[in-house]
Amino acid sequence: MEISKEKFRHVGINEEKSQSIVRPSMTYWQDAWRRLKKNKIAMLGLIIIIIMTIMSIIGPMMVPYHHSDNNLSITNQAPNREHWFGTDDLGRDIWARIWVGARVSLFIGLMAALLDTLIGVLVGGVSGFYGGKVDMIIMRFIDVMIAIPSMIFIILIMVIVNAGVGAIIISFAITGWLSMARLVRGQILQLKEQEFVLAARTLGANSSRLILKHLIPNTLGVIIVSLTMRIPSAIFTEAFLSFIGLGVKPPTPSWGQLASTGAAVLRVYPFRLFIPAFFISITMLSLNLFGDGLRDALDPRLRK
Amino acid sequence: MVRYIGKRFVISLITIWILATLTFFLIRLLPGDPFTSEKITPEIKANMMKYYGLDKPLPVQYATYMGNLLKGDMGYSLRYKNREVNNIIADAFPASADLGLRSLVFSVILGLILGIVAALNHNKFWDYACMVIAVIGVSVPSFVVGSLIQYLFGIKWKLLPVAQWKSFAHTIMPTFALGLGTLALIARLMRTSMLEVVGQDYIKTAKAKGLSPAQVTIKHQIRNAILPVVTVLGPLVASLLTGTFVIEQIFAIPGLGRHYVVSIQNLDYTMVMGLTIFFGAFLVLMNFLVDIAYGLVDPRIRVGK
Amino acid sequence: MEREKILEVKDLHVSFDTYAGEVKAVRGVSFYLNKAEAIAIVGESGCGKSVTAQSIMKLIPMPPGRIKSGNIIFNGVDITKFSDKKMEAIRGSEMGMIFQDPMTSLNPTMVVGKQIAEGLIKHQHLSKKEAMTRAVEMLKLVGIPNPDKRAGQYPHEFSGGMRQRAMIAIALACNPKLLIADEPTTALDVTIQAQILDLMKELKSKLDTSIILITHDLGVVADMAERIIVMYAGKVVESGSVEDIFYDPQHPYTWGLLKSVPRLDAENKEQLVPITGTPPDLFAPPKGCAFAARCKYSMEICYEEQPCDMEYNKDHFAACWLGHPDAPKVERPIKGRGVK
Repeated sequence: MEISKEKFRHVGINEEKSQSIVRPSMTYWQDAWRRLKKNKIAMLGLIIIIIMTIMSIIGPMMVPYHHSDNNLSITNQAPNREHWFGTDDLGRDIWARIWVGARVSLFIGLMAALLDTLIGVLVGGVSGFYGGKVDMIIMRFIDVMIAIPSMIFIILIMVIVNAGVGAIIISFAITGWLSMARLVRGQILQLKEQEFVLAARTLGANSSRLILKHLIPNTLGVIIVSLTMRIPSAIFTEAFLSFIGLGVKPPTPSWGQLASTGAAVLRVYPFRLFIPAFFISITMLSLNLFGDGLRDALDPRLRK
Repeated sequence: MVRYIGKRFVISLITIWILATLTFFLIRLLPGDPFTSEKITPEIKANMMKYYGLDKPLPVQYATYMGNLLKGDMGYSLRYKNREVNNIIADAFPASADLGLRSLVFSVILGLILGIVAALNHNKFWDYACMVIAVIGVSVPSFVVGSLIQYLFGIKWKLLPVAQWKSFAHTIMPTFALGLGTLALIARLMRTSMLEVVGQDYIKTAKAKGLSPAQVTIKHQIRNAILPVVTVLGPLVASLLTGTFVIEQIFAIPGLGRHYVVSIQNLDYTMVMGLTIFFGAFLVLMNFLVDIAYGLVDPRIRVGK
Repeated sequence: MEREKILEVKDLHVSFDTYAGEVKAVRGVSFYLNKAEAIAIVGESGCGKSVTAQSIMKLIPMPPGRIKSGNIIFNGVDITKFSDKKMEAIRGSEMGMIFQDPMTSLNPTMVVGKQIAEGLIKHQHLSKKEAMTRAVEMLKLVGIPNPDKRAGQYPHEFSGGMRQRAMIAIALACNPKLLIADEPTTALDVTIQAQILDLMKELKSKLDTSIILITHDLGVVADMAERIIVMYAGKVVESGSVEDIFYDPQHPYTWGLLKSVPRLDAENKEQLVPITGTPPDLFAPPKGCAFAARCKYSMEICYEEQPCDMEYNKDHFAACWLGHPDAPKVERPIKGRGVK
């Protein structure tokens, strides 16, 4: 191989190239979003959730019937052209009731999950960040409380407080924050031990900066994933309670309550159970699939 | 280990006591009294209240109840006249326990198998198939599954008995409906755990020894992957138990879950209390056993034997 | 005297398929290993040394990893295309491997003795009892006191150094011809490091095992290996005997490595000099010499053409354009370590 002599001119260190990073750089959230978008199943879940939400708003307006209008001449009709999902034993339009029920169920799911996440993050954060006696007292309290089966606790509260949307949300939050607090505390404790937090401390970051800039962003992923998983769990709890007669009281419809009244007439009018059951299941399914995708997307260990 | 067990035992006792106290006072906050729905004169009602000790001040009632509870006496049901709560529990528990145990065995065994199969075929057809089953199992509430299969297999195709708890054929649908959710949870957990373990260095060590994939999977992967599954057995038993509330209702099984729901609706104070404490104590005990079991399967926990 | 070769790696290419495309982790690595010889593969993290080692045992995860081309000839047989079944028969019996972190490379739920016995049962068809007896012997051989009792204990009951000894016992249980030690001392305390290296040296002469020692620490290899292979960005940049590399290094990267290692025998108080910059991303390796951008002595040609191996003596090669007759003579920055 002939190489011309001037090729051997001295060049030296190429600062720019020696520091360059060829791979496209991405922030944590950009990368998470990119991976979430690639997960078709999770995106399908998200789309269904969005459709459900939109339908819960416009669904009842698409029919000329109010969800609590009785019409005793058309009771228990199977789905037909006038009543797309049929009618119930008081002749009420099930289509309207399903979407009003969706409002109730989705609202309960979202509010209950938000509330218990908020309480859990606050308590867990305080406990983990300050440690010491505060931490010990809070943790012993949680140890004892968490041993009480949450469903039994919720049922008790539901029995006492007048059953209704607010009661479900409150009882769910009262029992639900425990595990969230544990989770957040664990995360914070783990982070506190890590070098980058120590480094920030050494550089003179004060508590609020530490919490805002380091601890919260690094626990946010876990919190969000847990939050998404709490929503279907709350929706399920509402349905469960309504099914055993403790949930939302008629005439307010909720999915669980529609399923419950439907189950009573299962032998004769199976559609009355299967329609609300379908919506409960498909919503839970979508939320779970979306939550799974989100968890995978936010898991820093899965970054490649 | 002994100290650990002792400490867990004390926490368990405190939990049960707190649960009993909470239940006692919460129930008393209820609007109405157990005799509201019955058409009786005020005198008879007052007599009844007196008979059951409901006219005394709360602290006295509490002390009496707790004292009796310590002796294992939970009083009489307010609804089923002259029946002791203990008696009712003893009558109804076997059916519930039978159902619960069947579901547990069914869901644990099948759940583990599904999880393992899925993980070993990671990102291939069987993985997706198992996970579809699992995600459906997690998403579809047990009362929906129960009603659906009852309608299809019982009413429409008449393949299985619609309700009751008598022969093996009677147990199939309730067991499946109750266990499906748990099965799905175990399958998902086992799969994740298997995939986590497969990336561990000791799996590489095992491969470097020249073990076959089957040996690596059985002796090294599954053994370690199963540990996190053991930890959730406690909560899983709890969810099975609450599941019995609706499943027993749907399939008309004479178990505790049904009694619980009915007594709540009837404001049967002593029954609700008795059952709550029974369920609570049962689950606390289960958690306690699971903790000890975990110590036995994970040598790292087995400190200072 | 021509020694028998136990292992020969020829132009090995290994790639990983990721979302961003193909990462060329190993890009044409060749080296050989004689019987009962110890060589060291040295380089910074991500240079492909571990991938090379794991490819020899076919332990890289496939997919995403794959051996694209090249040959691995072990004991006279080309094992590159061996089936998994055939590899199983070799792994553990003919080649053993030690990993970096003894904390994670032992199965936490299996007693140590059983972990050693497994390989023996598989390859030497011993009964469980015979294998356990042999496992106890192995533990004794690697210097673990109370081997009888220790064999029945779990890894968490062992200290870090003891675990690494147990790992060595596992790797050597079937008396393999080749031992690959992937950063065997990196995770250990300095004093334990020396003990483990001494143990490996002792066992090498006792059992006649050939060893590939993989490390990023030149200090570790000096009295263990006979030859050193320096890797950078998936390529071998220099190889030679320990003397060649320490006293007559030819590649600027090797110079950099040597200058970043503290030496007690340095005549002047030398400053430790880091190599500035970062290695190139192997997702898009540069056209010319991968080290050029970080190299004080780089020339135009370095950015355009891959340098080929320049031979300095029978065993000493360096892939650097400075060895070209037309290249300007540069003063080596290694003081007090000139040619012997």
